[in-house]
Amino acid sequence: MSVEVLSTPHGQTDAAPFAPYVWPAIVLLVAYAAVPLVANSYFLEALLLPFLALSLAGVGLNLLAGYAGQVSLGSAAFLAIGAFAAFNLNLRVPGLPTLVNILISGVIAALVGIVFGLPSLRLKGFYLAVSTLATQFFTQWALTNFGWFSNYNSSGVIDAPKLSAFGFEFVTPVARYYFTLSVVVLLTLFAWRVATSQTGRNFIAVRDNEVAARVIGIPVLRTKMIAFGLSSFLIGAAGVLWAFAYLRTVEPAGFNLDRSFQILFIVIIGGLATIRGAFLGAALIVTAPVILSRIGSFFLGDLFDSGVLEMSQRVLLGVLIIAFLILEPDGLAALTARMWKGIRTRLGVAASN
Amino acid sequence: MQDFDYLFFLEVLSGGLLSGVMYSLVAIGFVLIYKTSGVLNFAQGSMLLFAALTFVSLTEHGWSFIAAFAASLALMVLIGVIVEKMVLRPLVNKPPITLFMATLGLSYVIEGLAQLAWGTQVHELDLGIQDVPLELSGILISKFDLFAAAVAGTLVAALTLFFRYTRTGLAFRAVADDQFAALAVGLRLPRIWVTVWAASGLIALVAGLLWGARSGVQFSLSLVVLKAFPVLVLGGFDSIAGAIVGGLIIGAGEKLAEVYVGDFFGGGIESWFAYVLALVFLLVRPAGLFGQKLVERV
Repeated sequence: MSVEVLSTPHGQTDAAPFAPYVWPAIVLLVAYAAVPLVANSYFLEALLLPFLALSLAGVGLNLLAGYAGQVSLGSAAFLAIGAFAAFNLNLRVPGLPTLVNILISGVIAALVGIVFGLPSLRLKGFYLAVSTLATQFFTQWALTNFGWFSNYNSSGVIDAPKLSAFGFEFVTPVARYYFTLSVVVLLTLFAWRVATSQTGRNFIAVRDNEVAARVIGIPVLRTKMIAFGLSSFLIGAAGVLWAFAYLRTVEPAGFNLDRSFQILFIVIIGGLATIRGAFLGAALIVTAPVILSRIGSFFLGDLFDSGVLEMSQRVLLGVLIIAFLILEPDGLAALTARMWKGIRTRLGVAASN
Repeated sequence: MQDFDYLFFLEVLSGGLLSGVMYSLVAIGFVLIYKTSGVLNFAQGSMLLFAALTFVSLTEHGWSFIAAFAASLALMVLIGVIVEKMVLRPLVNKPPITLFMATLGLSYVIEGLAQLAWGTQVHELDLGIQDVPLELSGILISKFDLFAAAVAGTLVAALTLFFRYTRTGLAFRAVADDQFAALAVGLRLPRIWVTVWAASGLIALVAGLLWGARSGVQFSLSLVVLKAFPVLVLGGFDSIAGAIVGGLIIGAGEKLAEVYVGDFFGGGIESWFAYVLALVFLLVRPAGLFGQKLVERV
């Protein structure tokens, strides 16, 4: 009971009439059974795969920023660390199963995350947020500057190895979709367990009032380090999926500051401290550019060149962020919860008449 | 080991200090807004880009320096007014981090608009100062760096005087001190916010021109903010003096590190060195340069 209250810490009450497991179950059923039937390979490759990887990254950042209240601007660095760790493990440890590889790469990202989380012991708020930029720049620099990380590949762009598990190779879009989906589901489940456990409650306590948290005996330092570690672990794993399943190449340039902001936006737009928010936010962030470019080319035809399009996307994204912060600070998660409540009230009224 | 070349050291140091003045200038743009409204304005960099792009494009269309400067400044003031009305006012009383996110969104909007309006190509900007080395008692100093530092220094001094000796400056300091008290004595917060955004717009314009003249006016100009952040961590988000001293330390430290230990790391360390410098400094002195209360120890 108390778990239920704490899992939605911004005071939104989940008004679903069913048990809390019904909705995720329906979503999973659709994702596993229905989506591959109706989706073509473009839909799978260009939308669903990045959506899944970014959702997982969003879940990871949400543990840190939403639950534990430590804002990080360096998420893309951990994506990169995960991706490059997985590439190197695959290269240097022959026969390592992909799933084990993902776990180890996540752990490596977690260790780096704990190191770069150390400033959080002394810095707060903006000072911390700005300090996390160090992660971003240092990682990008290290990965481009030291050839060892990319196995002395001159172009800096490396083909990622094939995904495999239990003797299967996941090559076709549908197979890669299933692989990614399964990993994301398992790790999201893990994140949800963490968020609703004592650890998750410690995160929230540290976020809401550090002094109070210390007074009631929560180890603040350890909690912060756990938050940085777990968050980096999930983002690192997302990085492996991003590079291996979605892009199928590994390159440092794709993990720039814009990507970090993208993940932050996913968390903000989706809703801080909610698991489903990360998925809703990622869905919006991934589809918005596609929809905009479709609309643009429909109305303006060739006038809408790629440069203009990219800039319009930037403007639109910025407006979207500001609008969300002003109109719906609790994000899409709160919006959908309210919509659902509204529908239910109407149905309820209709039924009682 | 060969003898330490003091002249060369001084040359690197002075070069670093001069570019540090430019960091200070950008950092002060942040400090002004942070002090009065508690917003860490990430959009400062995109304002810098927009201002410089506008100026360059107008001069390319045959406008005179004065006219283009005035028009760009007017645009910056306009942005300040719009931001106050559309972004800051609806977000009053929201947590600082929300406001920061809003400026992050704002920077996307301004960057996008700037390049939609003026295109994405690189513009050359000639301020009429040749970048020739000047010899001062054996040390070579770039004439342009000297000029830029002089302009930046003058602007910083002028702003300091403005905020110390004018009524508006007094109102500004009152707001920075205590917003509620300032409201209680009848100061108009929105007007002060607009003034401050205009002032930081002016800084953005000048800084944009100085940086643009050196490296071309283009998208990467908006990344200058990333150079200012370590300065802010070091000097404190709300201290003009901190921004000045922090800028000098970061500028000098960065240049010296690049020259003396850069090769050891394989070069290119300037992208992160400033951050590490700031963090190491804070480890030693958690209170920052000027005893900031905000940096709490846990």
